[in-house]
Amino acid sequence: MADIFYPLQWIADKLTYEVFGIAPTTHLAASVNFIIYDVLKIFVLLSVMIFAISYLRTYITPEKTRKVLGGKKGLRYHLIASLIGTVSPFCSCSSVPLFIGFVEAGVPLGVTFSFLITSPLVNEAAVAVLWATLGLKATVIYVVSGIVLGVFGGYMIGFLKLERYVEEFVYKIKVGKQASEQEKMTVKERARTAFEGVKDIVGRVWIYVIIGVSIGGIFHGYAPEGILEKYAGKDNLLAVPFAVLIGVPLYSNVMGMIPIMESLIGKGLPIGTSLAFLMSVTAVSLPEMVILKKVLKKELIAIFVSIVALSIIFTGYMFNILL
Amino acid sequence: MKIEILGTGCAKCKKTKEAIEKVLAETGKKAEVVKVENIETILNYGVMVTPAVVVDGEVKLAGKVPDEKEIRKWVE
Repeated sequence: MADIFYPLQWIADKLTYEVFGIAPTTHLAASVNFIIYDVLKIFVLLSVMIFAISYLRTYITPEKTRKVLGGKKGLRYHLIASLIGTVSPFCSCSSVPLFIGFVEAGVPLGVTFSFLITSPLVNEAAVAVLWATLGLKATVIYVVSGIVLGVFGGYMIGFLKLERYVEEFVYKIKVGKQASEQEKMTVKERARTAFEGVKDIVGRVWIYVIIGVSIGGIFHGYAPEGILEKYAGKDNLLAVPFAVLIGVPLYSNVMGMIPIMESLIGKGLPIGTSLAFLMSVTAVSLPEMVILKKVLKKELIAIFVSIVALSIIFTGYMFNILL
Repeated sequence: MKIEILGTGCAKCKKTKEAIEKVLAETGKKAEVVKVENIETILNYGVMVTPAVVVDGEVKLAGKVPDEKEIRKWVE
């Protein structure tokens, strides 16, 4: 297959061997080349992906979503909620008003959770960085698992009929009629919004990307091959749950985490274990839980976290076996 | 004029407030700038994604930090 990123590799090679004059066979060359290539590739993919998704997102508003999902039961609507969740990330402080807005529109609790689980899990920036580092196949696996996880997790929560664990006040709030009109945007306006999305997200994550790639690069150049196979290989059954456990409190650094995972995979960390770790970093984040605590009783939060964590562990094992 | 900034207090909400105050200072317009963190009030305006800006009771924008051009349009 033709490598569309070949020009970036060419630039990385030129810079490493000619501009910096590092001998190609050294550890330093391996690290530097890896860092330049990865940073370039990540920023290219990041910009393209965020632009595309931000553009698409101008068509999807919470009001429309409420209308589509209101009062609908059944697996199909879990899937739709999950799919909407993949393209519409919300900043964590919007999760509470969104949650109330959904419940008020009669969206079943389980369907709301399908949205809430997938939305942070599959976000365009994480997908772009993943694509740049682990390749298209791992990215597709990640996105599909994220959607399946959202559908399954939300379905379980709906199945268990946990409505009583939602704080009473949520059911009493009435959502007002007024909301900003964003319906009739021109192509130019949509493109502008998409461009602002790129500026905003790249502006926030670039530092994590560079730090992550640098750590990954050093690892790539200097750590011996196969070092992780011994401790965290497929035959170590504790590795997956352990990866999920350390993944939970790490939310803000996920953009930096991914390039580090890339180099760890290069050194023998199984893909399933790595994906489980990344999923736990994005899906079950501590700050998010603290915010949801305002509308959910602790029992429901505990069930939510357990269902998601267990499904992630299962997904990790599954990919370790399959890949 | 009364400008309300709706948001539970994330970085984007703070940025929105700063941007509005900057434009007010530059244009010399007077306005009462209030930060609204109460969820019920936010939802009463029909807003589900924050930050949002309400000028004299009318929702002007939701879900992103406004740019200076937009803010100028509202205050002038």
